[in-house]
Amino acid sequence: MYSKPKLPDSIQLAHGSGGLMTRELLDEIVFTTFQNPYLEQKHDGAIVPLEGPVVISTDSFVVSPIFFRGGNIGELAVHGTVNDVAMCGGIPKFLSLSFIIEEGLPTSDFLKIVHSIKVAADASGVQIVTGDTKVVESGKGDKIFINTTGIGSPHPKGRIAMEHVTVGDQVLVSGPIAAHGMAILSEREGLEFESEIQSDTTNLNHLVDDLLQNFGPAIHLLRDPTRGGVSGVCSEIAQDSDLGVVLRETDFPIDPQVSAACEILGLDPLYVANEGILCAIVDGNDASEILSFMKGHAKGSKAACIGAIVEEHPGKVVMESSIGGKRIVTPLIGEQLPRIC
Amino acid sequence: MKYLTEYRNLEATQKVLGQIEKVVTRPWQIMEICGGQTHSLVRNGLLDLLPEEIQMIHGPGCPVCVTPMELIDLAIALMAKGVILCSFGDMVRVPGSGMSLLEAKAKGGDLRILYSPLEAVRIARENPEREVVFFAVGFETTAPANALSVLQAEKEGLTNYSILVSHVLVPPAMEGILSDPHCAIDGFLGAGHVCAIMGYREYHPISEKYNIPIVITGFEPLDLAEGIYRAVLQLEKGTYRVENQYKRAVTEEGNLAAQKVIRQVFQIGDRQWRGIGTIPRSGYVLRPEYSNFDAARKFELVETGRAENSKCMAGAILTGQKKPHQCPHFGKECTPRNPLGAPMVSSEGACAAYYHFASTL
Repeated sequence: MYSKPKLPDSIQLAHGSGGLMTRELLDEIVFTTFQNPYLEQKHDGAIVPLEGPVVISTDSFVVSPIFFRGGNIGELAVHGTVNDVAMCGGIPKFLSLSFIIEEGLPTSDFLKIVHSIKVAADASGVQIVTGDTKVVESGKGDKIFINTTGIGSPHPKGRIAMEHVTVGDQVLVSGPIAAHGMAILSEREGLEFESEIQSDTTNLNHLVDDLLQNFGPAIHLLRDPTRGGVSGVCSEIAQDSDLGVVLRETDFPIDPQVSAACEILGLDPLYVANEGILCAIVDGNDASEILSFMKGHAKGSKAACIGAIVEEHPGKVVMESSIGGKRIVTPLIGEQLPRIC
Repeated sequence: MKYLTEYRNLEATQKVLGQIEKVVTRPWQIMEICGGQTHSLVRNGLLDLLPEEIQMIHGPGCPVCVTPMELIDLAIALMAKGVILCSFGDMVRVPGSGMSLLEAKAKGGDLRILYSPLEAVRIARENPEREVVFFAVGFETTAPANALSVLQAEKEGLTNYSILVSHVLVPPAMEGILSDPHCAIDGFLGAGHVCAIMGYREYHPISEKYNIPIVITGFEPLDLAEGIYRAVLQLEKGTYRVENQYKRAVTEEGNLAAQKVIRQVFQIGDRQWRGIGTIPRSGYVLRPEYSNFDAARKFELVETGRAENSKCMAGAILTGQKKPHQCPHFGKECTPRNPLGAPMVSSEGACAAYYHFASTL
């Protein structure tokens, strides 16, 4: 079903023209893969059933390389948006899907990406209901860019809001940090190094759904620490809540290989991107129960409590180092770059 | 992680800190040479855990900070000529007189951020129609790989590869600091990684001439605590000699193979240090037989003579006369996003360390 001989070996400008070749590409690959009643309406958009308030989030994906250990740009585009909707306390239901393809992308690569999108969407329980395909001249893009927008409904038991963050809350992460960023870096030109590090890209909506179902209002805030890493999320929380965040260096879950790669490249794992973990600020009274629940969940088996919300140093994140010292954690400025000696 | 976790151990580090507390009877000023050590001290919160008698002075060992601003301008000029400029990541945000390498990239320059100069040789091999220049900065630690890249390019007969050299050496910088009549430094922590390459024979004469203890020290918190302890012990006893705390990486003679490669390609020459000025015989220049690989010569680069931003007190910071937060512009006009000088953006710069990590400011 994913390899019709009719299509040329690579994507051409005409595939984005809106004419016959666009139609062929859509029919052969997109519609066949994602078929569902909403797509079959063949509108310019989709009419979907949703009641009450709507949760909506959008994201664009420009990762390079497009295929990396542990995933590819396609599944990333699904997980990224599904997770953003979930972090608002939403249950994602429908996704839009737009491609900007650079002319010359092998059709087989496009097929692989579309297939991954389908698998990821099915696993996340969302349907692709509308989309768009554009093709730009060679050299004007970087193989493929994807935009997805997700919509869903708020979880009935969710009470996610910055204003609920209070002193005594605990900071939990659902899994080991820094895997995605290091997997990508290990395959970037000029930085290639041998490792088995896999991206952690995955959906978190089922974990969020189960957390909210079981603990509802005790979950005060959810964030997925993607670009900017855990430090970015914690800095944001400290600034927006005007409370302090204390983190404990020794309590961070991190895969030894990821940790070693960070050491070698001179990167701080706290600033490295994640694509399959969440950071939860939860009520201090329920924290240990929530942590045990996460650890029993397929998407949170290596969860850990890494810190707390405090009254001291409002607006700032302070890390307690392994030797008992303290340091400020500042948000990332620009891109994290390696040291030279 | 083996060789790391045991050197970040709470009990072991606290034990050594307790020993320092026991032996110290009066104030001492100890300079850590290397910017990596400065960052580790601040990042691990070690400065706050030391007895108040011990004052750590941050040294000039940040290669990016001491690379002359003019050289950044020259590198940008090369990019404007269509050259593929390859650089370690550290260098790319440091301000030149007009802009940084990263800003030049945004304006269309072909900048490649690499971890190894041998990657730059590969790029030269794969792009025979383009000129490829590696920005060869650093202390003795990066010199062997940079030298090796020249040897590799020569072996492959590549004529489109050259290096823009700004190599500096630690011992002349230490002498420069010690010979200043206002110098108040009582002891040194030697830079472990530099000594892993060069050994520490050349430090004995310095220790003797200036009656100063030098402890070759590693980079983890326990290493630093031990290095400080050994320096304090010597100071309290009134002795001065070179000691090696970083035995797991450093031997007295160093890495002889690496030194051989350095000597083959480079010779000692005068070098300008950003913020400090020219120090005689303080760096490496390419030997005449490798002048074909000298980008400055190949592209007939002429230094612009543009002056440093006068508000930046990088010189005083780099020689330990001032601490970053004593600068009136620190964290105000000068931040990593809008740096007045190099120490605020380099990952080993003292100002960056204080800005990012210091909890007590």
